Amino acid sequence: MILARAEQATRRYGDVLALDRVDLDVSAGELVGLLGPNGAGKSTLLNLLVGLRRPTGGRVLLFGGDPHDPAYRRRVGVTPQETGLPGSLRVGEVVDFVGSHFPDPVPRAELLDRFGLGELARRQTGGLSGGQRRRLAVALAFVGRPRLVLLDEPTTGLDVEARHALWDAIRAFHAAGGTVLLTSHYLEEIEALAQRVVVIGQGRVLADDSVAAIRGVVDLRRVSLTVDDLPALPDVVRVERDRERVHLLTGDADQLVRNLVAAGVAFRDLEVRPTSLEEAFLTITADSRPADAGVPTTV
Amino acid sequence: MQYALAHARYQLLELVRTPVAVFGSAFFPAVAMLFFVVPAVGHDTVGATYATAAMVTFAVLSANVFQYGIGVAEDRAQPWDPYLRTLPVGPAPRFAGRVLAGLTLTYLSLLPVVLIAALLTEARTTVAGFALAAATVALVSVPFTLMGLAIGYAMPSKAAIVVAQLVFFPLAVGGGLLTAPGQAPAFIEAIAPFLPTRGAVELMWTAVGDFRPEPLSMIMLGVWIVGLAALAGWAYRRDEGRRFS
Repeated sequence: MILARAEQATRRYGDVLALDRVDLDVSAGELVGLLGPNGAGKSTLLNLLVGLRRPTGGRVLLFGGDPHDPAYRRRVGVTPQETGLPGSLRVGEVVDFVGSHFPDPVPRAELLDRFGLGELARRQTGGLSGGQRRRLAVALAFVGRPRLVLLDEPTTGLDVEARHALWDAIRAFHAAGGTVLLTSHYLEEIEALAQRVVVIGQGRVLADDSVAAIRGVVDLRRVSLTVDDLPALPDVVRVERDRERVHLLTGDADQLVRNLVAAGVAFRDLEVRPTSLEEAFLTITADSRPADAGVPTTV
Repeated sequence: MQYALAHARYQLLELVRTPVAVFGSAFFPAVAMLFFVVPAVGHDTVGATYATAAMVTFAVLSANVFQYGIGVAEDRAQPWDPYLRTLPVGPAPRFAGRVLAGLTLTYLSLLPVVLIAALLTEARTTVAGFALAAATVALVSVPFTLMGLAIGYAMPSKAAIVVAQLVFFPLAVGGGLLTAPGQAPAFIEAIAPFLPTRGAVELMWTAVGDFRPEPLSMIMLGVWIVGLAALAGWAYRRDEGRRFS
């Protein structure tokens, strides 16, 4: 059963094309990570799926219906990217208030304990630390016993311990049959949680594959050298030239260096650096035809 | 309805946590009672009764224009607002909850005025008159609620604060809320029937005393309600369209 679906979903903000004909299906029981740099369109896609915005083209379905209709949002929990909680209300009151919108909410104490917030029930949310507020915002997504949760960068601003605790809670929800769609720009987070990764860049789906396959694509090395004449080399994802410096992006730097030596290339000042995830994204996204970058794609 | 009550409870909780907000809307009318009504007409039963009714209208005006105008504009700026829209309930319960909470606050802000009138002046009305006046408060809240909503949905909070203050005072003075019936300066008597505050205060006077409302004021009050409803509806849809289309 498909719980969330985008069909050729397009969203413009004035002249800006935030989402460009995106297709996405999230089936029951999946744990899908949406990965992409800032401004890629991840949040826009989630906003379309929960009915906060309407697509300007194509359509989105939630539990088979229009997410604008509140009835189709009954089995969905959401954590927005920005944590906004009414500062004067107590933690327990916020949980009760949000829970009152659902037919069978998780009792306050049980929910707070699950997210390590049990001690804070009487505190006003304005007095919480940033990390505590974030955990509460994530906890609220689960109060209505959802079948599907949409989490927009759930662990932003959390320290390592809190992040792992939150991962455990998300894994437990998934293990009990829940479906999760979460965004992140940390590959580590997606690797820790997701089975399937959808890479989004410049409003388009660039890749939709297993975590391992995506890791191979975005885990690139930058091999820089000074060289006059460079033969064609296998497994080079991208070549950048900066005067006499040449930068080669590759998934296997060791093999590339062996190939350079074997081919007898007269290079100087060899340098091998890992690329950041951001750089890897830019490499994929800068390419107008994703297939050329060797990326498996659904487009 | 259950959702509307949850929203009203939530709004009131927020208000109670910042008591100065409740205090603020009760302060002006109470002080005006003490400074103008008690020494000037406190000993005169009819004059004090009409002046108290006018101060009640004044309190209704200020409570509604400020709490909706500024409250809505501030809420719209918070990320909590779009989050609430992801919950499985449409906009109607939130709206109803806000109005319920607003009406509660309005009645709360009237308490000092009524207490001062009862204890320190000769203002008197019958039990039926009091009950009718209490019901009239809800009725005359309508145009000022709509005015506050129009301001709150049309403007960012900094502009809303200024505009609420700008419309509030001329409406109060121009409608003759600070003067007894027929006692205002001529130019105020001339413009008053065209302001919603006049129709509102005439209804209050009718409820508590022997007053017959002017047809022109009543017609203009109706015109204001229709006009402000259209304005509030337009501002709400414009806000929806801009942020949630």
